Order: sequence, then structure tokens, then C-alpha cells
Amino acid sequence: MTTTALGIPRRLLEFTIDGEPVRAPEGSTILDACRAAGTDVPTLCEGDTLRPRNACRVCVVEVEGSRTLVPACSRKAEGGMEVRTGTERVRHSRKIVLELLASSVDLSTTPRVREWIKEYGAEPGRFGADAGRVNEAPRVDNDLYVRDYGKCILCYKCVDACGDQWQNSFAISVAGRGFDARIAVEHDAPLTESACVYCGNCIEVCPTGALSFKSEFDMRAAGTWDEDRQTETTTVCAYCGVGCNLTLHVQDNEIVKVTSPHDNPVTHGNLCIKGRFGYQHVQNRN
Amino acid sequence: MDLHFGDSKPTDDERAAVDALLGPPESSWEGADRSDADLRWARGGRAARDRRDLLLPGLHAINDRIGWISAGALDYLCRRLTVPPAEAYGVATFYAMFSVRPRPSTVLHVCTDLACTAAGAADLCAGIEARLGPGIHLERSPCLGLCERAPAALTVRAGDPVRTAVSAPATVRDTVLAATAPDSAPEEPPPATAVPQAGNPGLTLLARVGVVDPESLDDYRAHGGYRALRRAFDLGPAAVIREVTDSGLVGRGGAAFPTGRKWQATASQPDHPHYLVCNADESEPGTFKDRVIMEGDPYSLVEAMTIAGYATGAHHGYLYLRGEYPRALARMEHALTQARARGLLGPDVLGQGYAFDIEIRRGAGAYICGEETALFNSIEGYRGEPRSKPPFPVEKGLFGKPTVENNVETLVNVLPILTGGAQAYAAVGTEASTGPKLYCVSGSVERPGVYEFPFGVTLGDVLREAGVRDGLRAVLLGGAAGGFVRADELDIPLTFEGTRAAGATVGSGVVMAFDSTVPLPRLLLRIAEFFRDESCGQCVPCRVGTVRQEEALRRLGEGRGAAAAADDIALLREVGRAMRDASICGLGQTAWNAVESAIDRLGAYE
Amino acid sequence: MRKRGPRNYTRLTHPLVRDSRDEPFRQASWQEALDRAARGIARNRGKFGMFSCARATNEMNYVAQKFARVVMGTNNVDSCNRTCHAPSVAGLSAAFGSGGGTSSYEEIEHTDVIVMWGSNARFAHPIFFQHVLKGIRNGARMYAVDPRRTSTAEWAESWLGLNVGTDIPMAHAVGREIIHAGLVNEAFVERATSGFEEYKALVEPWTLSLAEKVTGVPAAAIGELAHAYARAERAQLCWTLGITEHHNGTDNVRALINLSLLTGHVGRYGSGLQPLRGQNNVQGGGDMGAIPNRLPGFQDILDAGVRHKFESAWDTVIQPHYGLNLTEMFEAMEEGTLRAVYCIGENPAQSEADSEQAVRRLKALDFLVVQDIFLTRTAELADVVLPATAGWAETEGTTTNSERRVQRVRRAVAPPGEAREDIDIICELAARLGHEWKYADAEAVWNELRSVSPDHYGMTYPRLERHQGIQWPCPSTDELEPPYLHGRLWDPDPARRGRLAPFGLVRHDPPVDLTDERFPIRLTTGRRLDSYNTGVQSGSFASPLRRGEFIELCPEDAERYGVVVGERVQVTSRRGSVVAPVWIDTALRPGLAFMTMHFPDEVDTNSLTIEANCPIAGTAEFKASAIRIDKLPVATIVR
Repeated sequence: MTTTALGIPRRLLEFTIDGEPVRAPEGSTILDACRAAGTDVPTLCEGDTLRPRNACRVCVVEVEGSRTLVPACSRKAEGGMEVRTGTERVRHSRKIVLELLASSVDLSTTPRVREWIKEYGAEPGRFGADAGRVNEAPRVDNDLYVRDYGKCILCYKCVDACGDQWQNSFAISVAGRGFDARIAVEHDAPLTESACVYCGNCIEVCPTGALSFKSEFDMRAAGTWDEDRQTETTTVCAYCGVGCNLTLHVQDNEIVKVTSPHDNPVTHGNLCIKGRFGYQHVQNRN
Repeated sequence: MDLHFGDSKPTDDERAAVDALLGPPESSWEGADRSDADLRWARGGRAARDRRDLLLPGLHAINDRIGWISAGALDYLCRRLTVPPAEAYGVATFYAMFSVRPRPSTVLHVCTDLACTAAGAADLCAGIEARLGPGIHLERSPCLGLCERAPAALTVRAGDPVRTAVSAPATVRDTVLAATAPDSAPEEPPPATAVPQAGNPGLTLLARVGVVDPESLDDYRAHGGYRALRRAFDLGPAAVIREVTDSGLVGRGGAAFPTGRKWQATASQPDHPHYLVCNADESEPGTFKDRVIMEGDPYSLVEAMTIAGYATGAHHGYLYLRGEYPRALARMEHALTQARARGLLGPDVLGQGYAFDIEIRRGAGAYICGEETALFNSIEGYRGEPRSKPPFPVEKGLFGKPTVENNVETLVNVLPILTGGAQAYAAVGTEASTGPKLYCVSGSVERPGVYEFPFGVTLGDVLREAGVRDGLRAVLLGGAAGGFVRADELDIPLTFEGTRAAGATVGSGVVMAFDSTVPLPRLLLRIAEFFRDESCGQCVPCRVGTVRQEEALRRLGEGRGAAAAADDIALLREVGRAMRDASICGLGQTAWNAVESAIDRLGAYE
Repeated sequence: MRKRGPRNYTRLTHPLVRDSRDEPFRQASWQEALDRAARGIARNRGKFGMFSCARATNEMNYVAQKFARVVMGTNNVDSCNRTCHAPSVAGLSAAFGSGGGTSSYEEIEHTDVIVMWGSNARFAHPIFFQHVLKGIRNGARMYAVDPRRTSTAEWAESWLGLNVGTDIPMAHAVGREIIHAGLVNEAFVERATSGFEEYKALVEPWTLSLAEKVTGVPAAAIGELAHAYARAERAQLCWTLGITEHHNGTDNVRALINLSLLTGHVGRYGSGLQPLRGQNNVQGGGDMGAIPNRLPGFQDILDAGVRHKFESAWDTVIQPHYGLNLTEMFEAMEEGTLRAVYCIGENPAQSEADSEQAVRRLKALDFLVVQDIFLTRTAELADVVLPATAGWAETEGTTTNSERRVQRVRRAVAPPGEAREDIDIICELAARLGHEWKYADAEAVWNELRSVSPDHYGMTYPRLERHQGIQWPCPSTDELEPPYLHGRLWDPDPARRGRLAPFGLVRHDPPVDLTDERFPIRLTTGRRLDSYNTGVQSGSFASPLRRGEFIELCPEDAERYGVVVGERVQVTSRRGSVVAPVWIDTALRPGLAFMTMHFPDEVDTNSLTIEANCPIAGTAEFKASAIRIDKLPVATIVR
């Protein structure tokens, strides 16, 4: 017996991706359909728990009849659409976007970006040594996490996770405009004077490592961070009865980072300060 | 919401400025003194959160009174409106007219944009800086929309009330005087001086400018005002839309979308309420026609908005007015008050049982807010960042509701369509570009100003009427987002199809003439700086692309040799192409247009 | 502001023993420690009590209660759920025959009205509150009933700031208003409940104006809450310790349940009752039978059929009566009828109300064995201390959350030193006491539990893995049940509808510790966002939010007593006195103060609280003490 509403079945749309016919349920994005079809589309600002912001524009594809390229992450698929993901025009924009990003911020901890830079033939160095960069020193103003905005691509994911989509603390926003826009707390104050409740849900969604556990930041600085030597084990938080799933990242029998599965029905990838950072007591071993 | 507030407290003035807008706080949770009742029962929730759209007016209220927005003032405003301080800070820092750092109460905005640069803005700035006393803050500003009287300056002195003074054409002496004592600055010349054709019987859209008293509703009615609205009520909404559709009217803001189709699409949306938004955030460099209409014939806009609202089923209209237009603001506020007093706005317009009112929202210095969805975000109290389309505004616009958005010029075209009929209107112009069109002519001409011509005259016709000076080198057509044409291309017909065929654009109707005394690289750099400044920063192609373009143009201006120039031009083209293809909105998509046309058409940097 | 460094408890790595309580502990081998523990327990057969652990796994709780019942032949097994949510279990069982919350988190995202009663979930259950926020963003209206205007309350459409301990008058007034406004769900009341007429008569005196007098909340606000809750098509009623930690906590719970019965807000998708559990396995501990009145699967000990099933499964005889609950065990220590305690992972020396009394009683035991990961205050009183593993990071097993979801916990790090898993230790002791239990692993324990608990039968480890946890009941290995309980109450067929849900005929009984001229301030307690219980776990990480313990006062009271933020003051109740610095919180009102129990080593808040217990559930009235504030002779300011 199951009485849970499963919703009205969604109708299927038929369209083409790179000439191949595909079917996707109504409401799917082009990106959903591409992934289902096994077509790799690079993404940076897209997040599986967040509404698409389509800010980075690295996922653009060509849609027949559209004057401009369209972001695959947010554009809904439509019946009869002809989507092309690998045209020269698409590859050109992706290449330029990667060059613009890599020439202005530090992408060294952004997963997969090195691979894409190679794939699209991007040359971030060609804007010259004087090309303007987002020069921000890492902000280490608390013992739990570090904000290194020199790595920030302004994807808005941290703002959305902190804001009305999940945490509703609204500790951060984009302040300023254009190239001078930065993620900031009110009055650009230190984090410790802000509305931040240190849930770390911004770290969970940050695609570039601009936000990281202090433990990860310190280990990277010391050259000891080694993901190949880490295990990830999902368990249940011990701090209250809600039952949040924690994924403990362990290196050398030390918990170095905590995440939560994004598809978990309890957390949807979110935790509170205790679940995210309150593990130290287990390893007070001597 | 469990908002976090710091220890900063508002001053009495700051509190008074906010309370003047919002009324006194209702409870201690909103900032009043603590009472026993507050400590037993507090209201909040949806109603409290739904006042977010008063954030921008609140920021204006503080900035107008104090001259800048302190942490204490911002916190108080946030407490009153249940807005998170971090978000309010993000909004406050988005707009050029606001400052979150202390500054003098008087801010002098000196335009350094294209027309003013061509008219000597650099020397003006230098002269003013040398003579300006303390207590006045000088801001180099993008286009102030006073190009017919370039160079231009605008003084804003915070206080109760805020005072403004326009200096145009600005001299160092007058400007410094106006900034020092804005109250005793000379009156601006009447709007008719911006309309060299004023009084010409062939005019339609500008017929009343310089003819009627812009303060007088009676005078407006004596000159044919409110005939169009009465006809609209006779026809009914569906027939009004049909008339507008049949007239062939297309949007005059630059995108040239058929107005009737937009109205029809909004009117037919089952979701309610519907909104009407008039885009009067006229910020395209070189454009000032909307200002002239609002200053010279404000009731025509009120009437046209009422018709648009009626046709599309909206009962609430927003007039989003550029923050740098003090006289237009005053005239429109006055016109709305008068129209309300006479029952031409309000619960029962013309006794026809139709409720409609208009609220003015002031912009605060952000070109991007001319983009319709950015404008919606701005009204709603968010950063003026464009939204992704689809969904289009006719389906999900302001507050997520079906919204018809038109600019001022488009709307006032509706009046002759209704008074004269769609057929007569469509007979003006060409088959594909119907009706009259306004042109903002500035630069190297004897009689700069707003001109009205039927679609189909040539660029040369317009320039000759304005008295183009000798030595014309290039014309910027359509604004900074438009493109340059050469002096030998003056036979381009000014129609949508004609300009398109010539690889140019009518755009917002800018016709800016440059002679060879103006160094082209400097103009192009200024255009690039403009877009870099005005990029909202949301998408990568525009945020970083405008920076890379400005850098390349700077290098080109330094003249590093032919090979280097070729590299930089190639770079500009590559980046420009991605900006055009992959930016979210029209700003990024068109930011490279003018520079590209200068390279391709004018042979800049050769 | 005072900055708090981490308060570090260091992990126990070796067994500790001592010959007398006057001696310091010495390190011992497992062999010796276990032998000593076994001897100490064995000599107190018949006078033995087991404190199981609401933070350990279901498997450990199952084995612990089995140890008490099979090895020691007693039902004296309980855990710290007694100090928090036992009234919820008691109240819900009385109404519906089952002690779990009736709804799932997901449902609160799709409901129309949410009532948060005595719950600052924003701080105490932040991720549950995210589901509430989803609901609010989806259009639900939230109402908060709480003496303080907490962060939770700040999200509400309407916050009702009632007097501490006047929840029953408030609930009864809401009920009366619903009845008088004709908003009773008559179909449900008639079909699924009993005792409505008596209830109607009971609440009849509770007019809105009388309720206003008693609760302090304007009649209009109470009326609005009543109408909002009753008119909603779906509504969720959530509560936490603000309801349960009273001397009449079970009555409070019943009074709230009555409202759901009146309006039919139970047993349907989106409508239900959610008690928010304070500890990771306080639900599971009870489900596993680590409570004195239930066998695993929440099966009643008094049911002979149930007993028989367990007796044959375990090859033992089960005492056919309820054992002592935690509170009663402490009283039995006083009387000398309970002489030995096996305490696993609990810290009653600091978590019990009137903590001085608790310590005195523990000291009087003949034998105390404590099994923990730290040398807690309770462990410091023990004869034998056994180093265990952290349930959530060093152990395989399952826990059960507030929405009855059984989820897998897994071993991510190796325990320090010689620390061993709880189940191993218990089995070693059982073996020494004549019971050789062989469990290959936690899954083996779980499968034994599945075989005796129908509600858990369908939850195999692979299924738990696949579904990211399964909610009970789950009797089938093929299907999943709906996310809410008691859908039966809506069944048209009386046979399937089962036992009707009785209205709880409960009366207002104000807090035991009355305020008067000597003790004019009402002290209530709660949690802060970054801290947990007695701070043993949460004290170790460097929270930027932590500022230590304060006595929080409203600005008016601070002015009245002439104290400023950071000034240390004497806080005195009829039971004890502590010195704490002052914090000023605008969420409080005159006569209402707030403290937590997170920093007992600095400020032992529970030396102020009263051991006035709910007679049904045994939970103490942590939420209502009467105190007085005195300035110190020499002012000291803490920064």
C-alpha cells in the first residue's frame, strides 16, 4: 500500500541533440537531457540542489532559431528543439569563457577545469601579464572555514544556499557591480560580525574551492592534502534527533572535511554548524 | 525572519528619513520603543516579507536626506522592511548614485560621456576640480541625458528636501556656483529648447512640447488630451489591442518588438494581477527624448500608460524613472497628483469603472536597469540583474506576474493611434516601419535636440535639419549599443529595415555626429569604459569580457605597432563574439557593437 | 564578548578501575576491568539498573536492554529520553497506541499551517527547520508559541509569547474557540475519536479572555491561531522540550494532541504531529526496548503474547511488570533499593535536573560502571570506566530519527587506543555472567531485532542503504508504507480503523516552582545553535558563535537590577546558586530569564532547575524554575 502522491506523469518531449533524437520529460532542462543522452556539457555555476543561475555561461549550446547561444543548465527543453552542443560557435564561447575566468581568478582547485581548458584549446595567458585579476587574499577570520575570493567565479551558489533556497540566513550577498562585484557580508564586515551561522552550506556548493574547511585550507598550504588517500563514509550526525546524513572525509584516520549527500531526503546536502564542524571531539585522542 | 543586526544605530535624521517614507514603526520589533504588548504578540511572516519592493525607495530616502547610507541607517531600513542587511548592502552597492561610505552631502555629477566629452567635458572637470571647495564630492558620470546642451553637470544636495541643480551647457563658473548654492542656481531652460522643431504643425509626438503648460492638466486637455483614453474606453480592451497591432507600432527602446503582440500576450495571461511598467530609465548614452517628453508633455505619458493598463488588464502601473532626471521626476509627480485629483487615475478612471494608478520608482544610476527584467528586479528591491528569458515578462514579469513593459516613446505613440486610427497611423512611415520616430541629435550640429520625423527619412535629412557642421567624420547611430556609420553613408534610410540592410541600427534613436577634431580611440575607450562600469557582473562573458576589451582598447590607444594592434583587434573580435553569443542580456550582447563598427566601418586603428 | 576556547574532553583509551572511590583511577587491562564490572554487577542482582544511551545505535540499545532483561532479569532500563521526550512518547501512545511522530519532514514542505509550540527548531533542529522554511516558502503560514521570541518565532506570521507553563490553558482556549466557531472536523471526531463531549465540557471554561489572563497572550492572538489551525486544509503541529520538560509534560502533549483530533489534522499527508527529538537516537532507543515498559518494536511488556514471543526467542523469563524509569531509578538509589548501575554513554551527573542531588545519589551506589568515550562527570564517580567507540563515527549500525527513519551509521575512523564497541563490551560482560551471545556484526543484531519486531521486519541493511533510510512501520520487505502514521483513523471500515483516539482530559497545573517576592524571575532553559546538551561533544570545536554560559535577561530587567552585559551576578533558586555573567536579549520580557545547560563546568545551570517530575513520563521541569538575581559585592565584568 502506498498513498504517497507521485504526481501526474509528465509527458515526454521529443527533440534532437546533435542530430540524434532524444526524449525527455516535460520540465527537463537541456542539460538534463544532455546528461541523460551521455553528452558531456561543462558546468560551473550549476548545482544539483539549487535553481540554475546560468551565470558562468560555460554550458552554452546552440538552439536552432535562437539569436544567441542558450545556457543548457536553465533552458527548458521543448518539443522539436534542435540542440547542438559541439559546434564551432559553441566551442568558441566556451573557450572564451574559460579564458576569461582562468585569466581573472585562480582555478587551481576547480575540478575538471584543467581538462576543459585543454579540450577547448583555451589560452588564458593571451590577455597579457597586465590583465586585470580578482586579487583577493584569503580571508581567515574564523577557525572553521576560509573564504578565498581570489578563487571566486561569482557563481552565486553560496548566496543562494545561504539565502532563500536553503539556509535562509542571508549572511552574504553579491556587493558592488561588474568586475568589482564580490561576495560580501553586510557592510563588508568580517564574518564574525555577520549573520553567518557557520552551517557551511556555502562550502558544500562552492564549485571552485574558494570556500573551504579551514582543515583543508591548512593542509593544502602544508602540502598534506591528498584526496587519493581519503575515504568518504556516510553516517548519521549525533547532535540531535533530525538524523542528518554526514559524509566524513577521512585522511590518516582524521576527519578532514564533512559533507552531506545532496540527494538525501533529510538534508538535501545541508547541515548545521554542529554536524558540519562539530566532529573534533571524536579525535581528541591524546 | 531571524535577521541579524549589528550594533550600528541610525541617527535621528536617518530614522526620520525612513519613517517619512514608511510611517512610524508599528512595534519594537520594527524599531519602535519596547511595549508590553510587543513582548506578548508579534506579527510577521508573509506580510512583513512582502514589503521588499520598498527597499530602493528607502535607500533613496536615506541618500536624499543624508547624502550617503550608513550601516545604522541601512540596518534600520532593513528592520523596518524585514530585509536581510547583507542583501540590502548588495543592493545599495549596486547603484552608482548611492554610497555606503561617508561623503559630503553635495555630490556634483559631471557627465564625461560621448557628447559631453566631444564638447569638452575633460577640461570642464579639470576646471571644476581646481575651483571646487571642500564639502562637495565630484563624480564623473555616464551620460546624464542632456546631450543637446553638452557639456552637462548635475548637482544633488542631500537634505530635507533634497535639492538639485542642472548645469547645461556647463561652464566651470556656473557649475561651481550651482554646486555651492543649488537653491540659487538659474532655472533650466524650458523643455521646448530641446525641440528645435517645436511648434511645427507637422509634429505628432512632440506637438504639445513647448505649446502646452506641462504643469496644467487643463491645458493638456485643451490640446487634445484624454481623447485617446475616451476612445479606448469606447473601443474596449480587445479593440484597443487590435488598433495597436494594426498600426504596426513596434517598441522604440531598441528591440523593435511589435507592441500589439506584447499587449495581446500579456492581456491573455490567466495569471493575475497584470502589471504595466513604463521604462523611463533612459540611460543609453546620447538619448534624451523620453526626458523631453516627460518634462514637456507629462500628461501624455500618464494618458498613454492608462490606455496600456486598460488594454492589458493591469490596475497598477510603475513608471521607472531615471534617477538623474530631477525635472522629469517633478513634472511626472505633479502630473500624477493632478490626474488623481481629477479622477483620471484612481479607483474609477473617467467614471468608467476601471481602476488604475501609477507609482513612480526612481532608478539610482544603473544603465542595466533599462533592461526590462533588470528593471523588474530593481523595483522588487533586488540587485538590478537581468533574468534569464524565457520565461518572458508577458508571462512572468514584475513580481512574477504577467507584465507589459514599454518605454516612454512607444507608449506616447499609442495616443495618435487611438485618436487618428490605426490606418492613418500606419500610413505614416514605410510599410515595415510605421509612424513617427524621435531622434536625439547631438554632437557636431548647430541645433542639437529631439527631432521627430516619419520613418523613412535618411540620416542625411535628419542631420541637415539639425544643421550638421562641416568636417563630419562619423555618426554614432543608435547609441553606445548601436554603431558608427561614415560621413559618406548619410543616405541610409532611417527605418528598421533600412538600417538593418546597411548593417546599422535605429536603436534608441541616437544620432550623434562627430567631426574629425574628436579623437576616435578616445571615444571608443570611453564606450568600453562605459560598458565595463555598467556591467552588472552577473555573467562571465560580460563581467570579464568588458574588462578584457577595455584593456585591449587601451593598448591599441597606446600605439604599440601594427602587429600588436592586429593581435589586439583579433582579441577584441574573439571576445566580442563570445560576449554577443553568450551574455545573458542585451548589455553584454551589444557592448562590442560600436567598437566593432568603428573598426570595420571607420577603419579605427589603421 | 568572552571568546570561548574549545573545552576539550580527551578520549578514553584504556579501561580505568579503582578499589575505592577515594582513590584515583588507574589504567587496567580489559580483562581486569570487565571482571571487576561483572563482579560489581553480579553482586547487585535484583538491585540493578541500566542507563542505555539515546545517542548510541539501535543495535547497541537492543543488546543493552537484552542485557538488562535476560542477563539481569530486570526491566530497569532507560535512557536520557526520560529527560526530554518521554512525555511525547507517553502522550502519543496514549492517543494513538504508538509513540512516534506521525508525520515526515517532507510533509511540512507541503502543508498550509505550521504550529511550532515550545520549539526553537531554528537553533535546536536546524535542518528540520529548513524543511519548515521550504514550507513557508511554498506558502505555509507558521505560528510560534514560545515564551521567548526566538529565531524560530521571528519567522512566524504570529508569535504568541505565553507565560512559562501555561500551555494547557492556551491549548484549551484554542480548542474551545475551534468548537465555538464551528470549526470542529465533525466527521473525524465522530469517526475516529472518543471522549469529545467530556473534552468539550473540560475546555468550556477556557474562554479567550480567561486564557489571556493566564497565558498573558492577547485573546485576539489566541483566536487567530485557533482559526488558522482549524481552517487549514493541512496543518502540522510540532513541539520540542518547551512542551515536555514540565512536571506535567505528558499532559501538555495530550493537550496539543487534542487539537489535532478536534480538527482532523492527523493521519493524512501533510497533517500531523511532530515532536522533534533532541538526540540522534532517542526515538530508536525507545523503539529498541531500552525503556522500562516496552520490549523491542515498542511492544508492551504487559502483553503476555508479546512476552511469550520474546521469552522463546531469548530463552528467558521476562518480568511481567514495568521496570523503573530513570527518574524512579534515581529515587530508588536514594531509598537504597537500587545499588548498581551500568551507565552507557550518559552523563546524568550533569544532565539531570537538580544535579547536586543526582551526584549525591550516584555516589551512594555500591557499584557504578560507566561506558563512555570521555571521562565525563558521571564517569568520574564510577568504579570501573570502560572506553567505548563513538556511535556515529566509529561503529556500524543504525539510528532512528524524529521522523522514524532508520538510517545506517558507519565506521569512518578507527577508535583510539583500546576503545571497543559497545556491543562487544556488553557481550563480554554477558559472557562473564553466563550468557554467551554471538553476534558476528551489527547487522546480525539488527536481523535478530527484525525477527522480533514486525515494525522493523522489512528493513534489511541493503534496503536501508538503497532507500537512504526507511521509516517505520515497515513490515514488508517488498513495499514501503506511507510517510505518515495512523491513516487507519480515516478508514471508513470501523474494523480497520481500530482503536479510537481518545481526547486527553488534562487540566492546567502551573509550574511547581512558583515565583514570589524572594524568587521573582521565571528561569527557562533551552539550547543554542552551536552547542549540544552538556557540551561534552560540542565543546571541542572552535565555534565562532560560542560565548559560554550567560544568564540572559531582557533590557528592562537588566536596568531594573542595575546590571550590564558581561557583569557577573549571583543567580539563586530554591535549590542552588550559581554565578553567571549577564547577557541581554530583546527576545525576553520582564520577569523571564534564560540559560542553557551547555557549559556545566562553568555554570551548572541544573543546580538551579527543579526535580519536579512528570508522574507519567518522569521528565523533570527544566523549563520553569524561580530565581533571583543579585549583584555581586564587587562588580566583575567578563569580556
